[in-house]
Amino acid sequence: LTKIGLEIHSQLTKLESKLFCPCKANYREFEPNTNICPICMGLPGSLPRLNQKAVEKATMIAMELNCTTPEKIAFFRKNYFYPDLPKNFQITQLNIYGDTSVGGKGIVMVGEKKIRITRIQLEEDPGRLIYEGNSEKNLVTLVDYNRAGTPLVEIVTEPDFENPKEVREFLNILSSLLENLGVSDPSLEGAMRADANVSIEGGNKVEIKNIGSFHDLEKAVHFEITRQQSLHSRDIPIIQETRHWDDKRKITISSRSKEEDLDYRYFLEGDIPWIRIGNKVKEKLKSEMPESISSKKQRYVSKYNIPVQVADVLSSDKFYSDLFEEAHTKENAKEVANIITTDLMGLVDTREKRESSKLTSSHLKDIADSIQSGKIARNSAKNALNEIVKNGKKLSDIISELDLGNVSDELELSKIIESVISEEPQAVEQAKSNPQTINYLVGKVMQKTKGKADPKLTLDLLKNKIL
Amino acid sequence: LNLKISALQFTRDVKSGNISAEDFVAKTMEQIQNVDDKLHAFLSLNDKAIDQAREIDKKIKSGQKIGQCVGMPISIKDNICIKDTKTTCASKMLENFIAPYDATVITKLRQEDAIFVGKVNLDEFAMGLSTEFSAYGPSKNPWNTDYVPGGSSGGSAVSVSAFECIASLGSDTGGSVRNPASFCSTVGYKPTYGLVSRYGLISYANSIEQIGPLTRTVEDAAFMLNLISGLDPNDDTTVDNNNKDYLKDINFGIEGKKIGIIKEMIGEGIDPSVLSATKEAISKLEGLGATCEEISLDMIKYSVAAYYTITATEAGSNLARYDNLRYGYNFPVEGYEFNSYIEKARKKFGPEVTRRMILGGFVPSAGHAGKYFLKALKVKSKLNRQINDAFKKFDLLISPTVPILPFKIGEKINDPVALFLVDINTVTANLTGKPAISTPFAISNGLPIGIQLIANSMDDKLLLQAAYALEKTVKLPEVPI
Repeated sequence: LTKIGLEIHSQLTKLESKLFCPCKANYREFEPNTNICPICMGLPGSLPRLNQKAVEKATMIAMELNCTTPEKIAFFRKNYFYPDLPKNFQITQLNIYGDTSVGGKGIVMVGEKKIRITRIQLEEDPGRLIYEGNSEKNLVTLVDYNRAGTPLVEIVTEPDFENPKEVREFLNILSSLLENLGVSDPSLEGAMRADANVSIEGGNKVEIKNIGSFHDLEKAVHFEITRQQSLHSRDIPIIQETRHWDDKRKITISSRSKEEDLDYRYFLEGDIPWIRIGNKVKEKLKSEMPESISSKKQRYVSKYNIPVQVADVLSSDKFYSDLFEEAHTKENAKEVANIITTDLMGLVDTREKRESSKLTSSHLKDIADSIQSGKIARNSAKNALNEIVKNGKKLSDIISELDLGNVSDELELSKIIESVISEEPQAVEQAKSNPQTINYLVGKVMQKTKGKADPKLTLDLLKNKIL
Repeated sequence: LNLKISALQFTRDVKSGNISAEDFVAKTMEQIQNVDDKLHAFLSLNDKAIDQAREIDKKIKSGQKIGQCVGMPISIKDNICIKDTKTTCASKMLENFIAPYDATVITKLRQEDAIFVGKVNLDEFAMGLSTEFSAYGPSKNPWNTDYVPGGSSGGSAVSVSAFECIASLGSDTGGSVRNPASFCSTVGYKPTYGLVSRYGLISYANSIEQIGPLTRTVEDAAFMLNLISGLDPNDDTTVDNNNKDYLKDINFGIEGKKIGIIKEMIGEGIDPSVLSATKEAISKLEGLGATCEEISLDMIKYSVAAYYTITATEAGSNLARYDNLRYGYNFPVEGYEFNSYIEKARKKFGPEVTRRMILGGFVPSAGHAGKYFLKALKVKSKLNRQINDAFKKFDLLISPTVPILPFKIGEKINDPVALFLVDINTVTANLTGKPAISTPFAISNGLPIGIQLIANSMDDKLLLQAAYALEKTVKLPEVPI
């Protein structure tokens, strides 16, 4: 039986400031060591100043993962020396002296499977180390403290996963959930990192550290299971150890470090008083939380009759569901959902594409309404969408510029139909005896009009002329 | 020009035009030049002090709004950050550390037009009670320069006592304001934990320490508290005192107040002259209408052990940041592997700090925490319960500040355990967060004795009123300087 447990670190990238100082939580746009202050640099005499918003957001995550949330939370110091740690201790949370972390035990459903959450803790991210030199021998280590003090949530699971696929499904659910809460942007580089514990039947637990993305996490777990199975099949014992994920070579490497022997001398951080999160506060936070993904999905299905699979895709991606929420009316909801999940998805499938996209929800509404009123064919709508994503022009302008409007003028359409009838005598005869085959002729009309003929009108006119 | 005046007298004299801030500060700097070679209170001086005083005189003359300190010369313990000024903690480890920001107390005093004449000596990182552990040499007691001035805020007490400033800010982790105040015959006051912001105070044991004033009079201590107390967004542990005026009604008296005499603080090892001074203080307070009664707080017998366990644990963590990578002293990092570098870099700590670092690595470690650190926390919480119970019955508690007289320089330095016992009467207020004050009360064989009063949390006003009443009962000889 394979057992996999995860420790996921997610930065709260949507917060304005760091966990204990006013520096920016989004450190990514700064020159090295310019997003720093006496507090996040741990200068002598500085004190942490707890960002209340971070506590609120972390509590929301705990509630969303169905975790218990204690009345009072506390912070602890984890003491160890490392150059990325300005104070040589990390302010974090701990549950060994009672449940004092933002989140206690919880449950996440992955399909039919229950994944148990052990705890959720709020902590500060260290700085970033940049190694210059080759991988055999690092000549210089550079330190950038811009990231030091960024709010980080650590989500620890029980070893409830049995294969990499379950891990991937869980990660998808988790990142959608964090994004939906508006606390984190999982697609940002380094925003999501993880450690994994992997053991196979009859073997010891191996911890894999330093996995820099969710994508690599699945790979690392897969690699590690295969490695352990191959050892096992050759009767080589699997030793309990810590391994590092080498993201260049895509393998795990024994870290030979003494990390597991470290004694962190945890004790209460006296500079941050205990924080009470009473029922009133919890109620308030609950009321401020955005609608959950599952509730959105349910609403899409029951209220708008959107197919379950479409509702699933739509609700689990905040970018799409936000667009949908703004663009849809009671009448066009199905159409909007359809456009997003069939046509738009291919156009904005990366973070870069989403950022450069000029599409707004009102564009989307216009397109759906135009399809429904017969102003534009689905096919043309797809072309229009492509243009709008690129240049953000108004739909009406694009229709006239690219001549995408439906041919719904009866006279004009009749002329085209006449010419198709004269070009396809055989098909006309066939249609007379078997009305089902008339669709072939509709197709021909579409071809001639480049898909712009109003399908319903075309069919009516054809029927009138032939039958 | 009389350098011996109180802070309040100074502000009155400057405001009335009796004296100028410039003259007074210049005379103060002259006094430092004259006596500090002998006393060694100062680690660094502010060479712009006189210019700053002149600016204040100008402001007064032109009728501009002026802060409450009106150019008062104040010394600052060298573990409190003043922007663009060396802040060494009397350690070689921070030999070149120039603070890039002001501590909150400095910001507040600056706004009130105080003048910081210089940074004063302490035991390295405030660990000690004699200043003998300063990496820059000990300060001397102005009452007798063969004797220690107490510590760790020894430089603060010496500078106030020897008229090198009018008031000083120190920090009190286990008695570090009260102990030198007692040894040098000044007032030394540790406010309720959280009443004064610690932002910019270089942490030693952050969960129990407070910045506090050392002054000539109790009134001056109240005046200083008015200026430095209150909520600070930069220190989450600060509490709101609603801008209480601690000077107002300071002469309220102590009639009808109940005072507990802490039995454990006048017990074994107490110097007979200290005991008789304490008895005299009690009878004087009774004479003013207070009722005094003995009380036992038996957790006190474990308090010093608990204190050293907790402070070593916190110090081990607080001082971990001194790896010399970002600031510190001149020792380039290039060419070293990280662990070997910090091991070398951290050799710059002096013997007492090193001792406490080692202790701090041990007592909270896995496998030992249960026997030491967690036990110490238990003592702390039991002591808290006992003292809170005591305050249900009493308004104030009394003891000598230190059970012994000042000792000679070098006399106890090789006996850390003997030094630890000097703390027995002061650590309780830190472990419980209570306000406590040491008031000069007697001189025995030319050496000062201070009396300590302790009040309940946030009863600082009552504490100051009581200390004021006690102060009014004594007339002490002048320091022989």
